Amino acid sequence: MTTICSLREAVAELIHDGDSIAMEGFTHLIPHAAGHEIIRQGRRNLHLVRMTPDVIYDQLIGAGCASRLTFSWGGNPGVGSLYRLRDAVENAWPHALEIEEHSHAGMATRYAAGAANLPFGILRGYVGTGLPEHTSGIKQISCPFTGESITAVPALRPDVAVVHAQRADREGTVQMWGLTGVQKEAVLSAQRSIVTVEEIVDELTPMANSVVLPSWVLTAVCHVPQGAHPSFAMGYSTRDNAFYKAWDPIAKDREVFTAWIDRHVRGTADHEEFCQSIGLGVHAGV
Amino acid sequence: MSDAAYTTDELMIVNAARQLGSLAASGHPVCFVGIGLPSTAANLARHLYRPSPVLVYESGCIGSKPTRLPLSIGDGELAETADAVVSVPEIFAYWLQAGRVDVGFLGGAQLDKYANINSTVIGEYEHPLTRLPGAGGAPEIAASAGTVMVIMRQSKRAFVERCDFRSSVGYGDGPGDRERFGLRGGGPKWVITDLGVLEPDPTSCELCMVALHPGVTPEQAISATGWPLRFADALHTTDMPTTLELETLRELQAA
Repeated sequence: MTTICSLREAVAELIHDGDSIAMEGFTHLIPHAAGHEIIRQGRRNLHLVRMTPDVIYDQLIGAGCASRLTFSWGGNPGVGSLYRLRDAVENAWPHALEIEEHSHAGMATRYAAGAANLPFGILRGYVGTGLPEHTSGIKQISCPFTGESITAVPALRPDVAVVHAQRADREGTVQMWGLTGVQKEAVLSAQRSIVTVEEIVDELTPMANSVVLPSWVLTAVCHVPQGAHPSFAMGYSTRDNAFYKAWDPIAKDREVFTAWIDRHVRGTADHEEFCQSIGLGVHAGV
Repeated sequence: MSDAAYTTDELMIVNAARQLGSLAASGHPVCFVGIGLPSTAANLARHLYRPSPVLVYESGCIGSKPTRLPLSIGDGELAETADAVVSVPEIFAYWLQAGRVDVGFLGGAQLDKYANINSTVIGEYEHPLTRLPGAGGAPEIAASAGTVMVIMRQSKRAFVERCDFRSSVGYGDGPGDRERFGLRGGGPKWVITDLGVLEPDPTSCELCMVALHPGVTPEQAISATGWPLRFADALHTTDMPTTLELETLRELQAA
């Protein structure tokens, strides 16, 4: 059964040095506030897992929280490079980052296998690319019925999944809608989970296309308005494309990056102070 | 015919949109769209042509109809204007892998003469000179889409004899490789660049220049290509962009 608590308590209790941690959200509902809290609490040697390690993982990697990354596409969407990720891979700054690289379809299959409590998942993929040469967990198997060759990838089983959602009720049942990416699979594949939400309500009203995660499959739910910024929560906020563009010159330079993290993340007590620090208004809810 | 000046990027985008429009007209409307140039050209085609291409984005959007160009493949408008929004595992498994996509529309950092694409690293994998974003959705798009169209600016750095890393497969090392790999899609059929259009030779699978844009010389194309570039016997010149094409593109980009 889930606990409704502060994000500070959830990260302190559930995320430990050396954990594998999947923070998901496919451009929408990315749990940025939780990433900042991990930096504030100074976690080290994390194995970060994420299909699209965008700005949130650029920050965690540049802040020295990670020693390993499993991913399929690492860029700032529509803008360009993740300079902190590149600096870690190309120059081992702030320290070396081991990478395990997949395709999107492969990562999605791996999460789905983890959620289904299977040892591996199958797909038609990877064949002829350079990925199997460098990533050990990509194997060919034969279909037991037809003999067709098919690609197998191991289930993802992160220690912790962290996602952001629109709302939860007072029991901690979570509802998200819009682009829901691979979040359901990430949460169900993980040993523990933290969900940050825009709003906590008395009763969840049905929404088209919504994904509902019952309180009893979650570990902690935290009320963090604007917790996805600069990503967004449909119905509450829009994607802050200007921030993604502004991130490019900040991340390009080690000192500018570190000063930004020191001032806005390490120098603030929580997400509310972070929002004030970068001049972001906090909405009143829908 | 337009007298208005246009950029080489506009020429490239307009020609890619025309190709998508003609595919949609011939009954192959479903297009899996990468962000950046592919998304710009696909949205232009959707505004210019009837029947319009059906845009599918890897974020889970099927049939998106945005009025402005998205910055990311997950901008809110793509979901708000979609016919259906599905999960990421579903978009790759039920829609792409199952063969429901007619055209995969890709870009990349490097392309070789067999239309293999590199979006992973420049240099050695273990010690890259430049770490690029990675393969993302491209390997399975290139494998499973009915056909593939590539849009890339043509230069010696980008159009190479052999990719530093093979993120997604065009024709591998030549004829027969796609069949050997068991890839179900037909592979790349068009590479649209800022200089013209390349297509694979039906026998050798090697990309050959089949068209040049107005004012582009064969020498320009040769010096922007890292392998000994061959030209089709019937090399033609692409049509000038029309006022409608240019105005529609500029309105989309300004929105």
